[in-house]
Amino acid sequence: MSRRGIVVELLVPVVLVVLILGGYVWWRETANLNPTELRQLDWATIRGEAWEHIKLTVVSSVLVVLIAVPLGVVLTRRGMTWLSPIAVGIANIGQSAPSIGLIVLFYIWLNVHPFWTGFRVTVLTLTLYGILPVLRNTITGLRGVDRTLVEAARGLGMSAPARLLRVELPLALPVIMAGVRTTLILVVGTATLATFIDGGGLGDTINSGIQLYQFSVMVAGAVLVVALALVVEWVGRVLELVIRPRGV
Amino acid sequence: MSDTTRPVEATQTQAEPPGASGPGEVSGAEIVLTDVVKRYAGQDAAAVGGLTLTIPAGEIVMFVGPSGCGKTTSLKMINRLIEPTSGTIEIAGKDIRTQSENQLRRQIGYVIQGGSLFPHMTVEKNIAIVPKLLGWDRSRIHDRVTELLDLVGLDPERYRNRHPRELSGGQQQRVGVARGLAADPPVVLMDEPFGAVDPITRQRLQDELLSIQRELHKTIVCVTHDIDEAIKLGDRIVILREGAEVAQYDTPEVVLSAPADDFVADFVGAGSSLKALSLARVEDIELRHPTTAKVGDAVAKVTEQARANGDTAVVVLDDRGRPVGWPWLRQLRGDRIVRPEGELIDVDIRSTLNDALDSMLSSSHGAAVVTGERDQYLGVVDFDAVTTHIRLLEEQRGE
Repeated sequence: MSRRGIVVELLVPVVLVVLILGGYVWWRETANLNPTELRQLDWATIRGEAWEHIKLTVVSSVLVVLIAVPLGVVLTRRGMTWLSPIAVGIANIGQSAPSIGLIVLFYIWLNVHPFWTGFRVTVLTLTLYGILPVLRNTITGLRGVDRTLVEAARGLGMSAPARLLRVELPLALPVIMAGVRTTLILVVGTATLATFIDGGGLGDTINSGIQLYQFSVMVAGAVLVVALALVVEWVGRVLELVIRPRGV
Repeated sequence: MSDTTRPVEATQTQAEPPGASGPGEVSGAEIVLTDVVKRYAGQDAAAVGGLTLTIPAGEIVMFVGPSGCGKTTSLKMINRLIEPTSGTIEIAGKDIRTQSENQLRRQIGYVIQGGSLFPHMTVEKNIAIVPKLLGWDRSRIHDRVTELLDLVGLDPERYRNRHPRELSGGQQQRVGVARGLAADPPVVLMDEPFGAVDPITRQRLQDELLSIQRELHKTIVCVTHDIDEAIKLGDRIVILREGAEVAQYDTPEVVLSAPADDFVADFVGAGSSLKALSLARVEDIELRHPTTAKVGDAVAKVTEQARANGDTAVVVLDDRGRPVGWPWLRQLRGDRIVRPEGELIDVDIRSTLNDALDSMLSSSHGAAVVTGERDQYLGVVDFDAVTTHIRLLEEQRGE
């Protein structure tokens, strides 16, 4: 893609987010709000929820990468490839199971132990939920590396770990990063469900809007989640561009 | 043919590059294959069925044969990319299984079709792979990369930090050769090294390989399916039939003039007398020495000199004695000679007359500029010289 194309692509979400947030701030400061709305949409509350939401997203995504990339590597090593349909199948179930059911079931099952706070159960669920794109793309990316290049690396006397770290992973990185981006987007949206098990996040605002029949509060929460999702997606895109090896 | 006098040696005094006089010492190692067999599970016929072969140190030996004859398998067993089912392979008298695969491979150059460069690494990093694995220090690697890029005819400062996709196919292949030579291995294996480039580039790369080999004297084992390439590059040719059975193992001259059997005769193909033009090299005939000029010389002086010599064109050399253009006098403009645009099609002194004729045909001069080691200018070869030489050969044959 041309440099100009990339700049435009990166600029569009920024403009959108500025418009959305600007619109929200303008509405919040000028509209005639009732006491419930004022309490629910208090700036400190919103800030806290947004921060929790980001924490949920980042922690889960990092865990996903730490689990799915090594797993994908193992599943593409010689003699292990027969396992990869099984692993992808399991990850598929993880993703296709209704996330709200998954999160509540895990909470009921695990919350008897004090370690498993709402936050931690949410992270666990989001991690399982987000593994598939990264796992699948790691496998696809590594399989897509030109076999002649891998053989060239062998022929030059590179050891197996060196081949993996210096040839295979760098060449698979663009595909892996596309998976990471998909996971980020999945996770940031699904993190709104944390509210049902006391896990925090912007889902709290949406949920109180529903509970208190405050339509405005519900919409405000949703709009803020959309803005955050756009930001996360943007960060993912930037990461993709920055991490992509030059020359590929 | 080699016992005929070589006028070139007497006349190339003016452009002999410094430090490149005479053949260097043999740095290659002998390779001995003894009854090497490779059998794949589930296949009745062995891919390689008992190959016994001695590859002399410092020579280029070409493995040639129809596809599926086991030539690539045989090559890859030398650096253990493929493990033989039985038999032994020795390099310099040492069984290759006495050290680890990776240790072995770091001592054997490996050049693959198209270069197989790693696209995410710069030219320098690609070349530096084996030296790094061997633990060379940074400045030694830097100097070595400079030396190698120079050797394969790429300007080090211009190309070292480029990525492979910024290079042409021929340039990528050159870097591939440089990478194979990086740690100065005694043995270099090449697998269809010039298969992925266009014919003109292939010819130049072949010439350059010959020129490099004249300097380095490695043991080079090269797989090709192209008999013409085998004839041109090989000191010896191994013609293989199915199961890597040796049909004939001899010098190109003998393979052409006395094929061992019908298979070889068929494979070498018709027109072997024309192919004999591939055996005569530019160095066998006399070069012409038109007026030369250096980039930066005064145009007026050069023109005057050329007129005095009766030349209508001058060969322009760069500051390192490499030809960069061959403009007609009327094309010289301005005060000083500038580097002409476009690439000059030149031929190596070791080029076959076949290739030289090709280059002459594509040149408006009806002649080609001849270069030696490291692209040093040696002279010019023209149609007349070639036809005279052919007539001479015909007469010898007639006697």
